[in-house]
Amino acid sequence: MKTLILGAAALALSAGMSFGAETIRIATEGAYPPFNFINDKGEIDGFERKLGDELCTRAALTCEWVKNDWDSIIPNLVSSNYDAIMAGMSITPEREKVIAFTQNYIPPADSAYVALKADANLNGNIAAQTSTIQAGHVAETGATLLEFATADETVAAVRNGEADAVFADREYLQKIVDESNGELTFAGEPVAIGGGVGMGLRQSDAELKATFDKAITSMKCDGSLDKLIVEYFGEKSKVFGEEGKQGC
Amino acid sequence: MFSSCADPKALEGLSWFLCYLTTGKHLLFLGSFGTVLLLLAVTAPVALALGFGGALAARSALAPLRWLGRVYTAMVRGVPDIVFFLFVPIALDQGLEYLRHRVKCPDWTEPIRKGSDFVVCPAAKLPLSSAPEWEHQVYAFVLAVIAFAIVFGAFAANVIHGAMNAVPKAQLETADAYGMTPRQTFRRILVPQMWVYALPGLTNLWMILIKATPLLFVLGIEDIVYWARELGGSKTTGASAYPHGDWRVYYFFVLLCFYLGMTRLSEMVFARLYRRLSHGQATLAGEQMRKADK
Repeated sequence: MKTLILGAAALALSAGMSFGAETIRIATEGAYPPFNFINDKGEIDGFERKLGDELCTRAALTCEWVKNDWDSIIPNLVSSNYDAIMAGMSITPEREKVIAFTQNYIPPADSAYVALKADANLNGNIAAQTSTIQAGHVAETGATLLEFATADETVAAVRNGEADAVFADREYLQKIVDESNGELTFAGEPVAIGGGVGMGLRQSDAELKATFDKAITSMKCDGSLDKLIVEYFGEKSKVFGEEGKQGC
Repeated sequence: MFSSCADPKALEGLSWFLCYLTTGKHLLFLGSFGTVLLLLAVTAPVALALGFGGALAARSALAPLRWLGRVYTAMVRGVPDIVFFLFVPIALDQGLEYLRHRVKCPDWTEPIRKGSDFVVCPAAKLPLSSAPEWEHQVYAFVLAVIAFAIVFGAFAANVIHGAMNAVPKAQLETADAYGMTPRQTFRRILVPQMWVYALPGLTNLWMILIKATPLLFVLGIEDIVYWARELGGSKTTGASAYPHGDWRVYYFFVLLCFYLGMTRLSEMVFARLYRRLSHGQATLAGEQMRKADK
């Protein structure tokens, strides 16, 4: 009798695990438009919100969004406060030592400098968000790195003259430059760094990685991912195109 | 909120501001003031109780209890607050999840720590992954309250311990001479007189507690500092229907006024309380009141 109950319980447990109804908590920063931001209603919004919800629908998962500061977003993932990160996080070898990434959902894109003048000193004081690939790059170029907790503060540092320029994802800076009434401008050449943006997962969650990889592939194959990228980042942004459709 | 706010681009001046200040986000900002007040309302009594317990333990005739009380105050007072605020919630969370894991999933064979990952079985998660987001927020808030209470309880214990020692010995000896038991002396003589000595120190602690509430922000709880930074940051058209520049200074100014108002109000309340407690006490303030009454 006892084994029967145990067996039934085990069956129920494994059934529960395989047939959806699983809730996946996805963390984002909510301060990096248009990747992710808090809209006027106070909800998480942006490219990653839309993409994440679509991926969860395709993977038949229930997803819940969580806000978390950028600098503690990886530690809180590995301590299982949530199950995934979608926060414009580039895939880098350093991060892959601690967490796992799905395949990229944004192709490797340009980072750019923005300053008050186009001929700003790019070897001077450069602002970047802390623990980003841009901060790493600035440190390598020999410029003085000014780190800030949020992307918004990096731009504010340029506006108030604390920094000569800010270095961040071009997609993030584009709208800020467009709407600055000529106060801000791109400086220097865009730089291609990073391996594209992917979803961060715990290394022990191989199953979840496979699930999301499959969902991302399906969106690359039917072209809906490219459409979403253009919708949020503009016509000029890099898309996966035919390359993304390989192996469909 | 208002129907006239449907098209923010057409708005100007005052009506723009009215619509801007009543967005869902601003309502969350207002709500977060409640979070801070709730933290104060819950933490203060819990810390006071912990402090009272700690002071009692430190005075106890039982050596282990006495050591416990002394170690508690000495340890917490000797470590920077922020270290405790970062340590206690994580340690409590992982400790509780570990215990639940041992109870709920005895058949789980995989290790809990894999590399840098901390993974317990799904049934042991606190709160469960399937729980709605508000439960997670309440849980984080409770952990924060516990951290605050432990830290401020230790300071309160020290203040109360000192206040108990400050009650004139003659009072206690007189009580003894009247035939009161030690318990009666404690309840009827020591505790009622102790408060007037403890009050200045406790007032100070309360002020520090008010000013320490932005540590909630460090713990990832959406308090007033979080929302002020989020709302004040410059907004482009894609992210908000009310684009604006860097307005953080105005939002932080509002916080400044809030905190000043809170501390001023507290000062007034404590001044009245002090007057009441001093009444009829064998202290300088009590003596002055007695003379004034004549």
